[in-house]
Amino acid sequence: MLGALLLLLGCQLAGEIAAGASGLPVPGPVLGMALLFGLLVLRERLRPLAPPPDKTALGPLVTALLVNLSLLFVPAGTGVVQQGPVLLQNGPGLLVALLVSTALTLAVTGWVFMAVARWVRR
Amino acid sequence: MSGLSGLWVYLAASPLLWLTATLAAYVLADRVSAACGRHPLANPVLLAVGLLAAVLLTTGTPYPTYFQGAQFVHFLLGPATVALAVPLWRNRREVAQALLPLLAALLAGSVTAVVSAVGIAWAFGAPAPVLAAIAPKSVTAAIAMGVASQLGGDPALTATLVISTGILGAMMAWPLLGALGVRDPAARGFAAGLAAHGIGTARAFQADPVAGSFAGIAMGLNGVVTAAIVPVVLRLFGL
Repeated sequence: MLGALLLLLGCQLAGEIAAGASGLPVPGPVLGMALLFGLLVLRERLRPLAPPPDKTALGPLVTALLVNLSLLFVPAGTGVVQQGPVLLQNGPGLLVALLVSTALTLAVTGWVFMAVARWVRR
Repeated sequence: MSGLSGLWVYLAASPLLWLTATLAAYVLADRVSAACGRHPLANPVLLAVGLLAAVLLTTGTPYPTYFQGAQFVHFLLGPATVALAVPLWRNRREVAQALLPLLAALLAGSVTAVVSAVGIAWAFGAPAPVLAAIAPKSVTAAIAMGVASQLGGDPALTATLVISTGILGAMMAWPLLGALGVRDPAARGFAAGLAAHGIGTARAFQADPVAGSFAGIAMGLNGVVTAAIVPVVLRLFGL
């Protein structure tokens, strides 16, 4: 369990260092995700008979984190209590912008994905 | 009575109270959401944030005091993002097969998210710092706050807009995509992760593991693309 936690934190730390050193606008944890993915692919190549990651200590830890992913957004979300003045001044515009833009983004993304997937299959 | 208020003063400033309150609010919100049959309107993040905000406002607790306790939960966002590599690895064959639709949807979705958010807020007369704060609203909080603050947006306002977007997107994704006839779990998950970052990804994992993996990829890639296009779009609006 500790080894698995160290692996996650180590990948994140390496990602933060790479992001800081390269000056790319990519966040460290996203680079850490790419690094861990690369390590898993490499492990499969080098040790094809090793148990898959789900059968190691990494599996339960990852499941525990991702099952409760929603919880992790609660502290930042509660920051809404500080936004009274801005929300009073720009409330209606921001609400309409969030609602329409989010719906539009969902629709365009889902539709383009489906349309191109159909086109590729043909 | 003074003993009780003395205890409150002590506890209200300790990380333990607000960490426990965050977990308690979420456990309660999750039970309510489950009791409502996971109805999209009973979103657990929305319920938990509403409950905690009410407690902070009625007790007069400043947000920084609350965050001293809640930061332990907030910290786990980083490791959880790294952990998305595991479902991605599990579904690597599906992802490799869907590379072309994935890239096309990524570009179309990123541009739509930024241009429509900035355009509508601009039409309502929002000032430049608010436009900078809303531009990266669809990407995960850590990236969005960095992008916004580079362009003169307030990171705290950005966080609020990002979480609101996530909640709205998680509520809308399944009913809206269903109504549009998007039934493929990969397409649904990718749309949810792109439009509504981690909260959309959590919603996608609830529905289907393949949808969840595509949501995780969309969240990561959209963070990169959005960071690149936000400065360009803001310049188009004369900012």
